[in-house]
Amino acid sequence: MSKVLMKGNEAIGEAAIRAGCLNYFAYPITPQSEVAEYLSRRMPEVGGVFLQGESEVAVSYMIFGAAACGERVFTTSSSPGISLMSEGVSYIVGAQCPAVFVNIMRGGPGLGGILPSQADYLQATKGIGHGDCRLLVMVPASVQEAVEMVMMAFPLAEKYRNPVMILGDGLIGQMMEPVTFPDHLKTPPSNKNDWATNGMDTRKSKTRNLVKSLYLDPEALNAHNLRLKAKYDRMREEEIRYETYNTDTDYQILIVSYGTMSRVCQSAIDTLKAKKIEVALVRPQNVFPFPEQAVLEAASKSSCRHVLSVEMSMGQMIEDIQRSVQGKRPVHWYGKCGGDVPTPEEVMEAVEKLIPA
Amino acid sequence: MAKTFSRPKCLSEQETHYCPGCTHGIIHRLVAEAIDDLQISGRTVGIAPVGCAVLCYNYFTFDFQEAAHGRAPAMATGIKRVRPDLIVFTYQGDGDLASIGMGEIVHAANRGEKFTTVFVNNTVYGMTGGQMAPTTMPNQKTTTSPFGRNVEEVGMPIRVAELLASLATPAYISRQAAISPKYIVRAKKAIRQAFQYQVEKRCFSFVEVISTCPTNWGMTPADALKWAEKTMIPYYPLGDLKTPESVKEE
Amino acid sequence: MQSEVMFAGFGGQGVLLSGKILAEAAMEKQLEVAWVPSYGPEMRGGTAYCTVVISDRPIRSPIIRNPMHMVVMNRPSLEKFAKMVKPGGVILVNSSLIPITSGRNDVDELRVPVMDIATNVGDVRSANIVALGAFVARSKIIDFELIRQMVRKEFGKKEKSLKINLAALEEGRKAASV
Repeated sequence: MSKVLMKGNEAIGEAAIRAGCLNYFAYPITPQSEVAEYLSRRMPEVGGVFLQGESEVAVSYMIFGAAACGERVFTTSSSPGISLMSEGVSYIVGAQCPAVFVNIMRGGPGLGGILPSQADYLQATKGIGHGDCRLLVMVPASVQEAVEMVMMAFPLAEKYRNPVMILGDGLIGQMMEPVTFPDHLKTPPSNKNDWATNGMDTRKSKTRNLVKSLYLDPEALNAHNLRLKAKYDRMREEEIRYETYNTDTDYQILIVSYGTMSRVCQSAIDTLKAKKIEVALVRPQNVFPFPEQAVLEAASKSSCRHVLSVEMSMGQMIEDIQRSVQGKRPVHWYGKCGGDVPTPEEVMEAVEKLIPA
Repeated sequence: MAKTFSRPKCLSEQETHYCPGCTHGIIHRLVAEAIDDLQISGRTVGIAPVGCAVLCYNYFTFDFQEAAHGRAPAMATGIKRVRPDLIVFTYQGDGDLASIGMGEIVHAANRGEKFTTVFVNNTVYGMTGGQMAPTTMPNQKTTTSPFGRNVEEVGMPIRVAELLASLATPAYISRQAAISPKYIVRAKKAIRQAFQYQVEKRCFSFVEVISTCPTNWGMTPADALKWAEKTMIPYYPLGDLKTPESVKEE
Repeated sequence: MQSEVMFAGFGGQGVLLSGKILAEAAMEKQLEVAWVPSYGPEMRGGTAYCTVVISDRPIRSPIIRNPMHMVVMNRPSLEKFAKMVKPGGVILVNSSLIPITSGRNDVDELRVPVMDIATNVGDVRSANIVALGAFVARSKIIDFELIRQMVRKEFGKKEKSLKINLAALEEGRKAASV
């Protein structure tokens, strides 16, 4: 299949369509408004639904309503908008509906800035909504990977009856790279008749379906949350995804980094190699569930002295890394949190500081 | 002898949790009758609010979703946009719709979303214990306006039906009451009309229903009915405020 | 082999588009490519820039501190970025608007009055394409014919605009070979 040069935001929109999702609700926010602009033209061409909602709060419930009646549906936003949507996300998790949320992160807190950031890591992986609420969180490092993750996200959301989040830094949305849309990632929607409120006639049933998150009886709520926990535990078994780089060497330093930042680290690793300094990388592709075992094993290699978390935030993933490494190696942080993406040279300096002269 | 009165088919046999004298049960029945009458229960999805009616899905026999506080119109939008063949209604109280959900209802109405909203106005937050609502009457005492609603501080009650009727988009906007048989007959007709417009894919349809809350008003059911008639009806006049036919092309 | 080109200028001078056309041409040649824009608040009227990375291997960092080459359309960008270009690279300067030089003697600095040339071919807005033509001809970063194809693709829908931009590209090429 031929490649096309596309901006990440537009490629994300197209990927959803290629994945069989023809329903999109959104509210504009930099740096991802191109998704809505693209789909406002593209959805009518494919007979799909495009609607610009009045707020991110409302959009999150348009997603809920559509998802609850069994249709594939998604939205995109950026950090402050995701905060507003997080109310709806919690209800969607509680009501066990599949949906896809894309967060093209910008700096915060508050209005922050509009430049690239990875500062919503903790929000996405630990605190997306009130209650015992978790999402499968996928972190693309290129426009092509963003396309593939968007396409994979819909069947995964249906597998778990839980929202999936694509967490990309601003560059993933703003960069142009060549992409293809792999046909094998197109999946038919799953049968949702056993739970979806799609109308009794639609499923030729005399039994009504109810989509809800309210369980006033403590035993019933406990049982409900344990069902959710079983799904999160299953994600931990089945959805660990990561890549390693230069781990077959006797590296002194292990970097853990994701998204665009991980590619900057790879360049730094290549240049350091030429200077006879070996550094390895574990790049999580999903950050919930986190590849704890892979990080522990890579950090435990006898040559490895230090672990470095490189993030465009003041150090958020570092908490997952520390948990994984279990105190066996010191874990350090390097990053920037204002919108400037660290260069390979700056990552090299951070690495070299850890190496005794 | 022929049977002349029976439970609507899409109303379940479950006994309701509503307080004695509450008019929710009557309004549920009017909704169920309209749905039976139009034979649409197999393709209807209701949306429950947050408030006393959060559990209203226990009393209907068709598909239901449960919304967050005030967000039912956004959920209904989501359903109608992706499944325009389904019949969708929201059932909301005054705290839900006129306070936290004002943005959602105004924008859904203005987009002309083709669903139906039944708005139950009893001037208080019932479920949480009788706090002041945007529709609480001047000087009315509630648990958060213990000296009576002070309009100098919090403004006058919001007339939601008038507010929505002021939008330029064609719609059916009506205000009715469930406080006496005479009014209930008219409310039944309006609710049926609202669903009829939806079946015809005509427009957004909205029926406000003046209602009572004897428990939180601290009145007997009979006194509550009298109070609503005397205090609410003059401020919240009844009747159709707007029909799609009444909107002329400009 | 990896090469990087930074295109910089005022917002509205078309630097993002020049970069995109170069990226399209490189992709057409089966090379790996990344087009990385600045998208800060400076997008509207202030300085705008993008970096195009071209490589025969997968591109790791799309963030480049020291690009191989630079095409610069306004003075603030030259003052800010000239020092970052790698020795031996090409710096193409819009001399219609920039009276100063880069001050570097370890680069190939080419001064072309791209806006005057663009005005002569019929539209000052095609200055970015004049600059692209001159830069590609001088740096030989990619076959000139490929760039011409991509300009055709980009402006193909509007006959008048296509004619002007093809002429702009050609005049840029000529200016580089003087």
